[in-house]
Amino acid sequence: MDLARSQVVTKARTGSAARLGLMVLPVAFFGVFFAYPVAAIVERGLHVDGAWEFGRILDVLGQSDIRHVLWFTVWQALASTALTLLIALPGAYVFARFDFPGKQVLRAVVTVPFVLPTVVVGTAFLAMLGNGGLLDELWGVRLDTTVWAILLAHVFFNYAVVVRTVGGLWSQLDPRQEEAARMLGASRFAAWRTVTLPALGPAVAAAALMVFLFTFTSFGVVQILGGPGFSTLEVEIYRQTAQIFDLSTAAVLTIVQFLAVGLILAVHAWTVRRRESALRLVDAAHTARRPRGAGQWALLGGVLASVALLIVLPLGVLVERSLDAPGGYGFAYYRALTSADGGTFLVPPIDAVGNSLEYALAATALALLIGGLAAAALTRRAGRLVRGFDALLMLPLGVSAVTVGFGFLITLDEPPLDLRASWILVPLAQALVGVSFVVRTMLPVLRAVDGRLREAAAVLGASPPRAWREVDLPLVRRALLVAAGFAFAVSLGEFGATVFIARPDNPTLPVAVARLLGRAGDLNYGQAMALSTVLMVVCAASLLVLERIRPARATTGEF
Amino acid sequence: MSRKAYVAVAAGLGLVALSACGSSDDSGNAAADSRTVTLVSHDSWAVSKNVLKDFEKRSGYQVKVLKDGDAGEAVNKAVLSKGNPQGDVFFGVDNTLLSRALDNGIFTSYKAKGLDRVKSEYQLDAAKNRVTPIDTGSLCVNYDKKYFAEHDLTPPASFADLAEPAYKNLLVTENASTSSPGLGFLLGSVAKYGDDGWQGYWKKLKANGVKVVDGWDQAYNEEFSGSAGGKKAGGERPLVVSYASSPPAEAIYSDPQPKTSPVGVATGTCFRQIEFAGLLDGAKNTEGGQALLDFLISKEFQEDMPLNMFVDPVTQNATAPADYTKYAVKVDDPETMSPRTIADHRDDWVKSWTSLVLK
Repeated sequence: MDLARSQVVTKARTGSAARLGLMVLPVAFFGVFFAYPVAAIVERGLHVDGAWEFGRILDVLGQSDIRHVLWFTVWQALASTALTLLIALPGAYVFARFDFPGKQVLRAVVTVPFVLPTVVVGTAFLAMLGNGGLLDELWGVRLDTTVWAILLAHVFFNYAVVVRTVGGLWSQLDPRQEEAARMLGASRFAAWRTVTLPALGPAVAAAALMVFLFTFTSFGVVQILGGPGFSTLEVEIYRQTAQIFDLSTAAVLTIVQFLAVGLILAVHAWTVRRRESALRLVDAAHTARRPRGAGQWALLGGVLASVALLIVLPLGVLVERSLDAPGGYGFAYYRALTSADGGTFLVPPIDAVGNSLEYALAATALALLIGGLAAAALTRRAGRLVRGFDALLMLPLGVSAVTVGFGFLITLDEPPLDLRASWILVPLAQALVGVSFVVRTMLPVLRAVDGRLREAAAVLGASPPRAWREVDLPLVRRALLVAAGFAFAVSLGEFGATVFIARPDNPTLPVAVARLLGRAGDLNYGQAMALSTVLMVVCAASLLVLERIRPARATTGEF
Repeated sequence: MSRKAYVAVAAGLGLVALSACGSSDDSGNAAADSRTVTLVSHDSWAVSKNVLKDFEKRSGYQVKVLKDGDAGEAVNKAVLSKGNPQGDVFFGVDNTLLSRALDNGIFTSYKAKGLDRVKSEYQLDAAKNRVTPIDTGSLCVNYDKKYFAEHDLTPPASFADLAEPAYKNLLVTENASTSSPGLGFLLGSVAKYGDDGWQGYWKKLKANGVKVVDGWDQAYNEEFSGSAGGKKAGGERPLVVSYASSPPAEAIYSDPQPKTSPVGVATGTCFRQIEFAGLLDGAKNTEGGQALLDFLISKEFQEDMPLNMFVDPVTQNATAPADYTKYAVKVDDPETMSPRTIADHRDDWVKSWTSLVLK
């Protein structure tokens, strides 16, 4: 018998056994805290008096207003994605290829919206596009309750997705390849089209699909800016569940959204796999240089102007309003945050900062544990089963937060899992979203680790855990930190699920903002603006730290 | 760098562990402790600290409050967790949703001590006492006093006025399918014009330029020109569907407080809202829950409510604080409707309203 061959076979077996071992905890986590609650709430809607009522599916889909919702959901997501690509792709190029002062700070700034809660964004956009907003004052233009407000807010939110996904790869494409093509006589455009575009294509497709996913499931933005005429699937699920209490319609819509999101994710996973095909990547630090010539300066100027208008300005309006106290500009609203007199909470609103940080830390730890294990299990390219698991981990990004929240309510109510009154519920819900980010950030880095290093370690007698510690860990440590930072920032801003389960004596920042906005009076409104500003600054600070620890020779992590 | 990174991660995880210990303690023993009574309510629940402390000292119970979303959401969650409730007492189901709660049997009977002091017009479940009336208020059109003074225009007083040409494009209301003030205003118009007249009324309102937004927050804080938030947001509608208690709220949350509230109430456009509390079926601490219900209609709590939740007491012996009455507007004869009628027709009315006004 061929000894070497038998060794290889044994190794492959222990490899897949180890992989299954790594997957146990993530699978259990998603099973208990995601699949079970969602399935239970769907069952509650469709399983009435002991019989399944699948006929409801056709009934619901036959209603003209539901079909209108479906049509609008798809239409606005397509339009938002196209507009985001149009505005953000030049930005991706500029961030990838140009060096200019303040680039790191600006890269963090454009990412802030991505982790801001939608209540804050909605308020900021109304201040710009609504009655007496900036555009109204300047040109008498008002866009609130039009589809334009929704589309622009979606660009604001997702700009960073394109800049980070596409720009991250772009900055590592060797510019000499394009230069070589030009030396061989290709025009500038032809060189770009034949060399750079094919390399970028999968990344653009992946970014577009992520933006499509986020806008397809858009909730807060549509809720606040859209007015009653516009409703996405996600908003309709919320209305049917929380307000109209038609659980069977909500269940049907949840299934529809689930299938749609599953499809988007399947296509996304396919483009990501294509992107991981061998590209000649170089250190990003050597590809960027100062702009040269009028054309490049104009491009840089244009991108900076669009960032200023679309991203910095709405954030600025928030800050301005938080300082605009009755007695003139000052910190009156910030001071008010430290008193509990308002009656809105049992604690001073500023305590929400501490709560948010605690929850976010716990959620980050959970997301790192679960996501880290899952990413490790998925590292080696493998069969369909594992690939399906990869896509499954992304599902929480696309399933309605209200469904998860109501599902928690009816499933996690009995020992040993009587968690309804426990603080851990909030980090659990936030970690569901955080895990996707951890996996997406870690997986490309882990996959890029040369397997031969691991094999060498094994040949030298290292056990698999030891090989992982000595070979993989040093290489992925920074990616791990970036993943942690992202999970942290996303948890800080998470609103949809948290609002259903946060305890009143421990409100998080976004929940506190929403509650303050829900009450009358100058002081409450001002405090909401001040808290939003605090949240924005905390998010920006954590992202700025991320920029510092971002791997210098980054592989193409997605965020 | 590498060492620092390890330290940062370790410190982070350590913090999590610490915070985990800190927080799990208080939630861990809360459920098991019979000295704790849990109140489930909506986001607007509020009480003065000393009043609650007083009750805790007298009764020996610790009160734990679980705010569970806006009013409709909180009721729906209570229905979903029927039989295995999240707490002992639910507060915050109003007359528009009362039948949903009662039909689903989420409450058990208890006649609270002092119920005889509650005015009979508020006792909508007097035969069975599954719920106890706690507070009342009115949903009414509010107006921006400054706007009407500047334009030398009399503010509208009744439902009929709102359809007059003088008030064209001035009113903003909430979506009746997603907002309880919006629903209340629709029900008020149905009560006023009857089952076959209300649609004609809304056609006139639509022709007169009524604007519909999704929720109270947007209507009041963004679109309405008379509120602090609305002023800042450049709201340009001087008429909004809100509460009869918005004037005191607006004045008291201003700094410095004005002599009179900048907001007025069109008292002929009101719909009565009554909020109830009840002992949840399957409550773990029944006795504590009963004591809490007694407390909610005690003089002390009833007189504390107006400045905390901006609602009126339901008991005869309670008087609202002077700060509140100074700015409050009295509504004498609001429209009403029985919870049964509302339950039977609400969905149909909201559906017709949606296709009439929004499409």
